[in-house]
Amino acid sequence: MTLTELARRKPAIVEAVEDRAPNDPIARRLRELGFVAGEEVEVVASGPLGAEPLLVQVGFTRFALRRAEAARVRLRSFGSGA
Amino acid sequence: MNAAVAELHAKDMHAKSPRIALVGNPNCGKTALFNQLTGSRQKVANYAGVTVERKEGRLTGPSGRQYAVLDLPGAYSLNAASLDEAVTRDLIRGFYPGEPAPDLLVCVVDATNLRLHLRFVLELRAQGKPMLVALNMADAARRRGIAIDVEALQRELGIPVVETVAVQRGGADALVRQLEASVAMPHEALPGLPADADLHAEVRRLLSLAVSMPRRTAAIDDALDRWLLNPVVGLLVLGLVMFLIFQAVYAWATPLMDLIDAGTAWFGGAVSNAMPEGPLRSLLVDGIIAGTGGVIVFLPQILILFAFILALEESGYLPRAAFLLDRSMAAAGLSGRSFIPLLSSFACAVPGIMSTRSIQDPRDRIATILVAPLMTCSARLPVYALLIGAFIPARKVGLLGMNVFNLQGLVLFALYAAGVLSALAVAWLMKKWRRDKSEHALLLELPSYRIPHPRDLLIGLWERAMIFLKRVGGIILALTILLWFLLSFPGAPAGAAGPVIDYSFAGRIGHAMTAVFAPIGFNWQICIALIPGLAAREVVVSSLATVYALSVSDDAAAQALSPLISSGWSVATALSLLVWFIYAPGCISTLATIKRETGSWQKVVVATVYLFALAYAASFVTYQVAVAMGAG
Repeated sequence: MTLTELARRKPAIVEAVEDRAPNDPIARRLRELGFVAGEEVEVVASGPLGAEPLLVQVGFTRFALRRAEAARVRLRSFGSGA
Repeated sequence: MNAAVAELHAKDMHAKSPRIALVGNPNCGKTALFNQLTGSRQKVANYAGVTVERKEGRLTGPSGRQYAVLDLPGAYSLNAASLDEAVTRDLIRGFYPGEPAPDLLVCVVDATNLRLHLRFVLELRAQGKPMLVALNMADAARRRGIAIDVEALQRELGIPVVETVAVQRGGADALVRQLEASVAMPHEALPGLPADADLHAEVRRLLSLAVSMPRRTAAIDDALDRWLLNPVVGLLVLGLVMFLIFQAVYAWATPLMDLIDAGTAWFGGAVSNAMPEGPLRSLLVDGIIAGTGGVIVFLPQILILFAFILALEESGYLPRAAFLLDRSMAAAGLSGRSFIPLLSSFACAVPGIMSTRSIQDPRDRIATILVAPLMTCSARLPVYALLIGAFIPARKVGLLGMNVFNLQGLVLFALYAAGVLSALAVAWLMKKWRRDKSEHALLLELPSYRIPHPRDLLIGLWERAMIFLKRVGGIILALTILLWFLLSFPGAPAGAAGPVIDYSFAGRIGHAMTAVFAPIGFNWQICIALIPGLAAREVVVSSLATVYALSVSDDAAAQALSPLISSGWSVATALSLLVWFIYAPGCISTLATIKRETGSWQKVVVATVYLFALAYAASFVTYQVAVAMGAG
């Protein structure tokens, strides 16, 4: 499951951020911003058109991510989480 | 010690004043801390060769020692993802050409956002430079019940940590004391983490040791975001905020603008009375005073607009507006971040284009810069006002017998709407034709809401006002002098029958231009007025007045321009000129700003050519249709 499929206001745990291309700069930046294995994330809100962008809480910070960016964040499936 | 030696000594001190660099994540309150440390003793410029803003200020410590303080662009990481971050990275490493490496890094962190900001502290620490940490917004952290064990944090990091409150008088005193101590101390390299260390794991360890957080976000942020990001309420509030800004820009500025106008007229009159008649007086009064006055008159509008934009920026609302609009703007080939530059362009495209620096994706930035001139800037308002007043009847119109709309107001609204729609269409076309289709990133942080601090607003306003006056003032002044020359020389030969202006360079150019502009209904007077309109659009009005004043012998008729053109021009010509000004190609200051901000003449040529082509095509259609309908 990826962050785009996560229901709103439902906390989940990050498994990994996947590169879309070799040395994907967007994936690298997501990791730097705190999207790393074991971190709790939550979709807080979404934009008015086409549910884009997503407002995602990670750590103490909120980021607006377009769906293509959020799709790089793979979540732990239920049961294997923290 | 005699005076010469003292001066030499002072120079020596100046050269040796230690360089302090403020670094930190965006939204850590770094600029507020910079303002607190340096007050108004700041210098704003660009880094050599790039359009990244460079802010330097001076600080005098309690010991009397002078420090040069540099406010580096905000960065999330030393793996630079934007031009701003690249400047920060190179400067910290001492690689930036012409910039000596800082003697001390002050890493500013938001005490309420340590999960994110401590990672950057660790990354910076690994650089092995002398540094200390400013734990900023300590007051906000305390209010939220966040307990931070500064001692433990300092011990674990191995570098000094000082609490600061950038928005409070004396809130940086402890930092200044630590700064003096740190600079005086010999630097020893830190036993850093191994190169492949997991910084996130280390941050978690530090947080568990030194920080206790009752909840992850501020309750007030959650409550505000629930409403302000709501698809319905949020958009309504955004619309209301924009409406308020426009009302303020047009309503509040008017008395000030009238005052400046009156002041310019008085000053011109005074100079005129004090000097003998001649070319020098004409240059001073008609050229320089009237020309620069015509630009400075827009300063109130620009300042009011920027006061709002700065307040919205400081409060944290702007990223929310970008969040709400991102999807719709991305569809047109722009980004949510384009919203602010385009909003600013309604006052003037120059500050609008300057504020595109906050757009990280270079393609989005170029697209925004190229469509910014399509936003109806305030300089077009005098032209619209003149033409609408002269040609559009002031009657009520409406639907189904409800005549509630003022026809003149509707035309004005239609002109604004046409500008916005054209901008969206042009941006969409550019997106279609772009070769580089790779993904555009948003990755936008929505920071905590904050109450803007008056000091930071005033310093910000002062900076923008100076940039506007310096940049635009210089160009306008030069062109005004040139235009005055073209209109005044050569004089009419002795015994000439026609008006003097016919013999001037500008008059000849105007007549030659009608060959091109006749199909869109422009007469030679309009053509002449278009030339100074290149310098500043609103000058078209005063130029038309000058042209008609110089080209008719009847002085009384030249007094009032509006009846003169309404009897002299056809409705088709007036409509065509109105449409021309939706696109208004070539305001020189805008083109100069595009050159400055993109560093590319090619972009300037593209902008000029497409704006001119659109203006000509739209005016041509308008004129020909109007003539065919009997308005010629």
